[in-house]
Amino acid sequence: MIPIEYYLILSAFMFIMGVIGVLTRKNAIIVFMSIELMLNSANLTFVTFSSYLGNVTGQLFVFFVMTVAAAEAAVGLAIIIALFRNKQTVSIDEINILKW
Amino acid sequence: MDITIQDYLNILPLIIIAAGILISVVIEMYAKNSEKILPWFSIVIFFSAGYYALFTVNSQSVLFSNMIVTGGTANIFFFLFCFGAAIVSLLSIDYLKKAGIYFGEYYILLQSAVLGMMLLANARDLVMIFIGLEQMSIPFYVLAGFNRKKHFSNEAALKYFLLGAFATGFIVFGMGLIYGSVGSMSIDAIMTKFGDVSTNAVFIIGVLLFIIGFSFKIAAFPFHMWVPDVYQGSPTTVTAIMSTGGKAAAFSALFIALSPFFGDVSFNIFKPFLSALAVLSMLFGSIVAIAQTDIKRMLAYSSISHAGYMLIGVTSGLASGTAGVIFYLAAYTFMNLGAFGIVSMLEGENDTNLKIDDYINLGKKNPLIAGLLSIFMFALSGLPPFAGFFGKYYVFISAIESGMTWLAIVGVISSVISVYFYLRLVVLMYFKEGNEGINPTVSNTALLGVVIAALIVILIGLFPGSIIELISTFVI
Repeated sequence: MIPIEYYLILSAFMFIMGVIGVLTRKNAIIVFMSIELMLNSANLTFVTFSSYLGNVTGQLFVFFVMTVAAAEAAVGLAIIIALFRNKQTVSIDEINILKW
Repeated sequence: MDITIQDYLNILPLIIIAAGILISVVIEMYAKNSEKILPWFSIVIFFSAGYYALFTVNSQSVLFSNMIVTGGTANIFFFLFCFGAAIVSLLSIDYLKKAGIYFGEYYILLQSAVLGMMLLANARDLVMIFIGLEQMSIPFYVLAGFNRKKHFSNEAALKYFLLGAFATGFIVFGMGLIYGSVGSMSIDAIMTKFGDVSTNAVFIIGVLLFIIGFSFKIAAFPFHMWVPDVYQGSPTTVTAIMSTGGKAAAFSALFIALSPFFGDVSFNIFKPFLSALAVLSMLFGSIVAIAQTDIKRMLAYSSISHAGYMLIGVTSGLASGTAGVIFYLAAYTFMNLGAFGIVSMLEGENDTNLKIDDYINLGKKNPLIAGLLSIFMFALSGLPPFAGFFGKYYVFISAIESGMTWLAIVGVISSVISVYFYLRLVVLMYFKEGNEGINPTVSNTALLGVVIAALIVILIGLFPGSIIELISTFVI
């Protein structure tokens, strides 16, 4: 059996990749994909612990996270489309009428 | 475990709001003039839920396999959210017409957001915290971008969405680590096993990530960068509920998650972190607000500094601190709602009349509005006898009780700085020569909402003792 640390290191790595992606990428859709990567790394953590502890709560919670992520994706992509209709761009650098 | 009628009565406020959402959807679908019906319908829903919550504040219980608690502080929060949202509905009626977004969907989203806040406030399990948080945040993302033809609103929605979802990522990953170290997501289980895990590195990192995620939601420095932009770009009435109810709900979740730590030595690990957040938010918010020319941005920075004051109460880790923060949140909700309400009343079409200079001579042109705005500004700056003063007082006292007098001193310094920009507005309204400034047209429904908020602010300021006593009896 693969030790639990491997899974946790993988999920921590995915989480950090997601954070770096959010902070450095300039395309709103790629930033959003990085956020999804963060959520999925959390899902991996939950499933790992759930299997390791023999406790089903973690696996159930993953379903909640996936559902909510789907709802969030629906709203988020709609927001990006509304913005694209007005500005013809999804680049974070050009979305700057309000100063950051 | 059987579910009795009494259980349903205890969660009746939640049921009322949830049923209200469904009925609103049907009204929106079939009624021709739904945008005229829905505001009053949602006011009735909010008022009945809020009143019932206050009425049953003593019936404390833990329901549904320890998932939620009712009564006590949860009901006090219910009252705040529902009355706040009722006032926002009153403000919105004429505002939406003016902004060109006169749609009934607005009220459905508002009710959904309030349901999320209520789920956050009565959570007793990390699962409920997560669901409540998203139930609150997703409608807020939509509401921020509700004016979809305007660049400002689009941009605010995108920024709010990206940073809100980013914060959710931190919260979920933090929950994952907490779950892994405790083996359960229930707050009760965390409390039982607390002795074993309180020094476990995985657990501590999980809680830290959780606090970081919620620092985004309560708008504390260094996680505040979305706040000014989102508050400025969103429709003003949305900003009003976002900056009050949203913040109060995030604080309630922070208390629930940190409650196992309060009174334990291991809380000392978080004290430096939380007090740094508090000090930086207070000073940053107060100082940067001075430089603002846009009134919504000024109120946004003031909201950052208020998050700092409230964090002092969290940092103290005492029951008196928790009670102080809840009192502060009650006062802050109504004074900030009133301030944003007046801004939304005076706002012209196409985002005009939002500069601080537009308020010059308001005292001569519309004494009533100017007087109300002065009350809110005095209250926000923490001058007695208004509500804001006692909020700060209770929070600072709790800091001194927990041996962090320096934190209270920094808080006092910061509120002295903040007096400058709050009172500058009052000075501009009353003591400026000349005849410049705007001639506002005032909506009656919005005025009613603002007057109610002002009355509550004055009432809280007149009877702080009995209110803090009520809150303290429920805080363990």
